[in-house]
Amino acid sequence: MVGEFISRGFRGRGRDDPALAARTPPGQYLTKDFPVLSAGPTPHTPLSQWDFTIIGTVAPPLRWTWDEFRSLPSETFTVDIHCVTKWSKLDTVWEGVSVDTLLQGVETEGMFVTAFSDGGYTTNMPLADITGGKAWVAFSYDGEPLAPEHGGPARLLVPHLYFWKSAKWVRGLEIMTRDRAGFWEQLGYHDYGDPWREQRYQGD
Amino acid sequence: MAGTTVSGRLGWLLASVSARRVETSRSITLHLEADAWPGHLPGQHVDVRLTAPDGYRAQRSYSIASAPRPGHLELTVEDLDDGEVSPYLSEELQPGDQLELRGPIGGYFTWTEEDGGPLLLVAGGSGIVPLMSMLRYRHEIGSTVPTTLLYSSRAWDEIIYRDELEHFGDEDGLRVIHTLTRSQPDGWDGYTRRIDAAMLEAVAGNPPPNSLAYICGPTPLVESVANGLVLLNYAAGQIKTERFGPTGG
Repeated sequence: MVGEFISRGFRGRGRDDPALAARTPPGQYLTKDFPVLSAGPTPHTPLSQWDFTIIGTVAPPLRWTWDEFRSLPSETFTVDIHCVTKWSKLDTVWEGVSVDTLLQGVETEGMFVTAFSDGGYTTNMPLADITGGKAWVAFSYDGEPLAPEHGGPARLLVPHLYFWKSAKWVRGLEIMTRDRAGFWEQLGYHDYGDPWREQRYQGD
Repeated sequence: MAGTTVSGRLGWLLASVSARRVETSRSITLHLEADAWPGHLPGQHVDVRLTAPDGYRAQRSYSIASAPRPGHLELTVEDLDDGEVSPYLSEELQPGDQLELRGPIGGYFTWTEEDGGPLLLVAGGSGIVPLMSMLRYRHEIGSTVPTTLLYSSRAWDEIIYRDELEHFGDEDGLRVIHTLTRSQPDGWDGYTRRIDAAMLEAVAGNPPPNSLAYICGPTPLVESVANGLVLLNYAAGQIKTERFGPTGG
């Protein structure tokens, strides 16, 4: 029954260009806007008090002030982003520091990571998902400093996973030997969150 | 009632539309029945999936308007001009039709009596929907947790659930305060502007300890109210936000 169900009278609007449709994961729709979603107030940490740390099972722990962070080599990159609330946005342009750059020279036995943010937000993923050119700490969107409501001054960007993994207001990474569920992951959202496998919620 | 975490797979359910009620010129409420629906926590939402004859599918999320009840839920849908799913739900779907949904989803923007209070609920437009689930639940269980609803609408006729909110306004410990930002009926003596810092201070200043705030509406309203409440000394961790933008449909 369910699965072969047709919604009486529903045709949908015009189908997307096949090239765009091929870039749209199942259950997603394309938007040109940039919706804002967050669970609480937008933090406003002064840059003079901002730092970025890498802690956990790493030797030694690392810390950058804002100025130190911004003097690291950065990359401009264009990626598609997919929010679990169903919107996807193609060809978004960011500038940020590759997580590979941050982890250069770091020795760890940890296989998992928790990104942590101002305001207490956390999200978890395998370490392998933020290394190898797959993730950045982004400070610029569309040529402008990243706006606070979009996670500025800096957010994690892990575009191949649902966008809740791209922690806004990110302040660091905790590298762990065991996986530990983050904020939404404790509230029923999928532990991994691959949009192409439509891993929205636990059990998907 | 569902717990705050979801266990097992959230499967798709086929719900039947049992009633359709016009709320305002731009919004309707669908009453849905599904035996397998477990109930929800006030504030949660569902995913709705539509399938066209050629297999094309569209999914969106909608907040639940009703108080928790196994087997039954109500969704209030605003007809968005450029929407794809909302126009179908608000114009096409009729009693007797069926709809695929799964949920309940979201375990953070929720309130039950055990969470305590006092409660401050701030809504803009159809952002009232998940807050209405909290108010209906509060009413059903006879809670006396001190509660204030500050609700911004463009006009008197655009206030969703207006009559029901008026009745709620007589309840123990519940204040309902409207602001009408574009037009007001004759004799209106309430607020006539967008929610701002002065209004927040007058309505919700000096928060008692344990105050909880829930804000739902368009992003500019949510941003400014959340920032304003932080300045009024609400604890940041006790301000919960849910947003919708122009792309919600």
